[in-house]
Amino acid sequence: MDIIAIELRGIDKSFGPVHANKNINLKVRKGTIHGIIGENGAGKSTLMSILYGFYQADSGEILVDGKPVAIRDPNAAIAAGIGMVHQHFMLVENFTVLENIMLGAEDSQILNKGIAKARVELKRLEREYALEVDPDAVIEELPVGLQQRVEILKALYRRADILILDEPTGVLTPAEADHLFRVLEQLKSQGKTVILITHKLREIMAITDEVSVMRRGEMVATRTTAETSVEELAELMVGRRVLLRVEKGEAKPGEVKLAVEGLTVKDGRGVTMVDNVSFNLRAGEIVGIAGVAGNGQSELLEAISGIRRAVSGSVLLNGKPIDVTGRADPSELRDRGLAHVPEDRHHVGLVLKFEECENAILGYHHDKRYLNGVFLDVDAIRKDAEKRIGEYDIRPPNPRLKTANFSGGNQQKIVLAREMERGPDVLIIGQPTRGVDVGAIEFIHKRIIEMRDQGKAVLLVSVELDEIRALSDRILVMFAGRVVGERDPDATEGELGLLMAGVEGRKEAAE
Amino acid sequence: MSTPYAKLPGWVEYGLIPLINLAVAFLVAGLVVLLVGENPLEAAYHLINGAFGRGEYLGFTLYYATTFIFTGLAVAVAFHAGLFNIGGEGQAYVGGIGVALACLWLDQTMPWFVVFPLAILGSAFFGAAWAFLPGWLQAKRGSHIVITTIMFNFIASSLMVYLLTRVLKPLGSMAPQTRTFAEGGQLPKLDWLLAIFGLNVGTAPFNVSFLLALVAAFCVWLLIWRTKLGYEMRTMGHSPSAARYAGMSESRITVITMMISGGLAGMMALNPIMGEQARMQLDFVQGAGFVGIAVALMGRSHPAGIIPAAVLFGMLYQGGAEISFEMPSISRDMIVIIQGLVILFAGALENMFRPAITRLFTMQSRRAAVVTQTKGA
Amino acid sequence: MDFFHVIVVLLESTIRVSVPLIFAALAGLFTERAGVFDIGLEGKMLGAAFAAGAVAAVTQSVWMGLLAAILISIALSLVHGYASITQRGNQIVSGVAINFIVAGSTVILGEAWFRQGGRTPALGEGSRFQTITFPYADSVREIPILGPIYSDLLSGHFLLTYVAFAMVPISWWILYRTRFGLRLRAVGENPGAVDTAGISVLWLRYRAVICCGILCGFAGAYLSLAMTAGFVKGMTAGKGYIALAALIFAKWRPFNIMLACLLFGFLDALAIRLQGNPLPLIGQVPVQLMQALPYILTVILLAGFIGKAIPPKAGGVPYVKER
Repeated sequence: MDIIAIELRGIDKSFGPVHANKNINLKVRKGTIHGIIGENGAGKSTLMSILYGFYQADSGEILVDGKPVAIRDPNAAIAAGIGMVHQHFMLVENFTVLENIMLGAEDSQILNKGIAKARVELKRLEREYALEVDPDAVIEELPVGLQQRVEILKALYRRADILILDEPTGVLTPAEADHLFRVLEQLKSQGKTVILITHKLREIMAITDEVSVMRRGEMVATRTTAETSVEELAELMVGRRVLLRVEKGEAKPGEVKLAVEGLTVKDGRGVTMVDNVSFNLRAGEIVGIAGVAGNGQSELLEAISGIRRAVSGSVLLNGKPIDVTGRADPSELRDRGLAHVPEDRHHVGLVLKFEECENAILGYHHDKRYLNGVFLDVDAIRKDAEKRIGEYDIRPPNPRLKTANFSGGNQQKIVLAREMERGPDVLIIGQPTRGVDVGAIEFIHKRIIEMRDQGKAVLLVSVELDEIRALSDRILVMFAGRVVGERDPDATEGELGLLMAGVEGRKEAAE
Repeated sequence: MSTPYAKLPGWVEYGLIPLINLAVAFLVAGLVVLLVGENPLEAAYHLINGAFGRGEYLGFTLYYATTFIFTGLAVAVAFHAGLFNIGGEGQAYVGGIGVALACLWLDQTMPWFVVFPLAILGSAFFGAAWAFLPGWLQAKRGSHIVITTIMFNFIASSLMVYLLTRVLKPLGSMAPQTRTFAEGGQLPKLDWLLAIFGLNVGTAPFNVSFLLALVAAFCVWLLIWRTKLGYEMRTMGHSPSAARYAGMSESRITVITMMISGGLAGMMALNPIMGEQARMQLDFVQGAGFVGIAVALMGRSHPAGIIPAAVLFGMLYQGGAEISFEMPSISRDMIVIIQGLVILFAGALENMFRPAITRLFTMQSRRAAVVTQTKGA
Repeated sequence: MDFFHVIVVLLESTIRVSVPLIFAALAGLFTERAGVFDIGLEGKMLGAAFAAGAVAAVTQSVWMGLLAAILISIALSLVHGYASITQRGNQIVSGVAINFIVAGSTVILGEAWFRQGGRTPALGEGSRFQTITFPYADSVREIPILGPIYSDLLSGHFLLTYVAFAMVPISWWILYRTRFGLRLRAVGENPGAVDTAGISVLWLRYRAVICCGILCGFAGAYLSLAMTAGFVKGMTAGKGYIALAALIFAKWRPFNIMLACLLFGFLDALAIRLQGNPLPLIGQVPVQLMQALPYILTVILLAGFIGKAIPPKAGGVPYVKER
């Protein structure tokens, strides 16, 4: 019985210069749980958005039960029996569970008529799939795990035969995740088809029948889960690329500059993003944090740099504490020798509408060098900017040009020049070469090594594994908010890939 | 995404698009004129002539422009920090208290150039005070500044009526206004300025506060683009997350910005009170706070744009008076309509013509590229 | 007895004054619950009042006047909707602009068409609303307590008055008991949820804006066809903003809106009644303070001192599909 529930042929999608999906072919068998694995930026979300009618593919076709369908909007997807459980829930927070489920499928203009019917149907679904939840509970009062059940029920209520779950366990506790898997098994036994998008290998191995691997917009392989291994999948996911050669001498680590102890950060919904993380950062070394995006690295950087409040834990900078749970001030931290190159240079690290020289002083605008009383010493600022432009080969070499007009690589150089040039003791960097052209990448990597050789302590976060391996003296891998392992930079991709995907070493802690 | 918001050359962005928005606003206004059964072209003639035709007319135009420069600057300063200050009307009204107090105290004993600086301080102080509370509420309690400033406009109105009918009104008088100021409370006219150009100011109340307005415009430019505070304001206005990253205190910037904005709006009161009426009357603001919004939008929140925009609106006010004189079916209220249309097209609908213009420009550049290609071949 | 009589008269004028507030606040409720902020209630009311007065004068029909009021108000709402929803412009700016355009237009057109200094001609019997007297109202009046309540407080109002109060439970019913209401409330909280459910966010918001237009039409018609016999320049006198304040004060809930509007209406009626006479216990209260009270109360509410005012989450933000 080999019915193909859903098939994608030649799906291609670009957003301007970004080629998100390159000629994707995929066959998902009916009544199976099919996993799609890949790192962030691999194109998974785009593909699923096309399946759900959010976007239209530039070319290619979709076949459901062997028949081509045009999915122009979510209605068409629903009509084709496709239901989606989004990573970021599409729920109305101050509605009840019942109201959320009925939204869009109310059955009649007058709600009361449909409510009784809906309750009965809901009860039936809940019982059938072990998705119990109180229909009159208000969403914002439910724990995240239960909120997700509502998302799933929404899809089932609309008679979805094909369920797509996008990174469902990111917000769940291990117990909740296990319960979810049981639900998925139940769905499968009822003849439903499940597509599970995740970057977590454990899940893939645990419940999927088949798995497809995406990398950089392409579908690189499909395997039967029982016939493959985590090692093979990890390698396919991360890819065997030529190692970036960076000239690098031996590290000479000195005293501890940054001591992180038991740091825990929660997001607005109470979900733990950084879970009891501890590590030390020494002068003259580069510590790289590897991991798939969304495993707490961003929140870690934000908590250390004072942008985000932590729930508990301590951070010592040069032996003195940073008030991470209270009133940490990025300005004060800069004065104390902590520089931060943020992951998002477009909205955090730079103000794109500013001139280049104005961005060159962002965060350092209190510096007496740039001031003339209350006034900005524009000459001094511009001259300083010009000097940096020369040193960092920023092009075009015009300090008065609007920052939005610089290429990604040059924008990043502006940020780096700004953060590096004051000789901070500690430099924390997030995604230094995202969206940066090859020539600039080399330059940036050289500068980071230079900082280390000058005795600075560098904390590097990147989703690019080869960047981490090329630059780091020590590698910490983060998964689900925890540091799950520490390795030398000569660890294999496979080994690191496994850690990044949550396999092995969950109990390991960093030095 | 792609085309509609592609980058356009500077002169298109800051010159052409605002001009097109303005032109459409006037076009629609012209339709209203037609609806009323009058000739739009004739109206246009009277408008221009009434605004600039004689020295006296020009004097009136610039007198109105003075007021709008202040209120326009007020709105613009707040815009730069990402705040929408609709409270200029109330802040200007309350600013009048400061002017009146200074004048009532010293007008009979001191010359104008002593009273004037005190009145400036007074107006700015009271205007800033009226803007302080909404700013503080936004910063510390998250109360939406648009709504609070609207409420404060109305509270100001009630407050001023109370003051003018109970407190500041001289005993025995029926009119809700202060007593008339002596010479110390009156600003000299700028007749000599117009005389340089061979124009006679006539009865127009074109006075010294115009020069103050120009100074204020320059100071605003200095503040926004040449001071540390201005830098912080602009950062917050463009990107609150970048401001947080840079260690800037959002609440501090909000409150200070609102106070500066309120102070500028308050200074507007100097023009009618000391420059024309020599007393504080009921509703001397007459909607100038709202015109300030239109002026700031048209001038793209830059002093170099605000001054011409303020003159434009001054022209509308003065020319409008002339139109209503010559064409009785079109009253001053026409100006209110145009004001609304300008706010609509330069503010809410500012991107309406962008796709068409962008298409025109990409077509142009593509054609040019083809030409150079064939030339090179 | 005299004191009681005073109360009845006060309440009667409270009701009279609250009617346009209730209509306008309910109008604002629909649009803001859907996520479109509307500062332009004032302008729509004014435009509607003018249209009603003008058309009723010309056609000698009160119903034509009412229809005109509703149509004009809907038209203005659609302009605001176009700017806010389709053009994704600044909703505050759009509202302010419309207020100005209407303020100026009503005077200009009024003067041009009727030449009475900006007002429309006084309306005769058939072209305006009359008060409705309940059966036996006159004979019942003598009965202590219940009599005046029946004959002065309940009876003797305009049709639109009863409609206004009826609109409160009707609005509640629409918002909380119909499919349209459910979706409307959803789109103001999480448009993404509505979009993924296959419902058009834009069309839903446009319909909300049209509802706002209809209700503002009633508000304006009441002013010029019931409360006064004809349009007078600037007759809304800030009622649109008081209605906005009432909407916020009522935390965007229909029944609370009625109470808030009655409260603000009461303050207005009380101010007129007092006319500078001292209140028992408190003494002299300046009439201006009474007039400012609705606004002061709203600011206090917004400051979070009388509970929290949580607006619809997606309010004021144009919907853009996330990438």
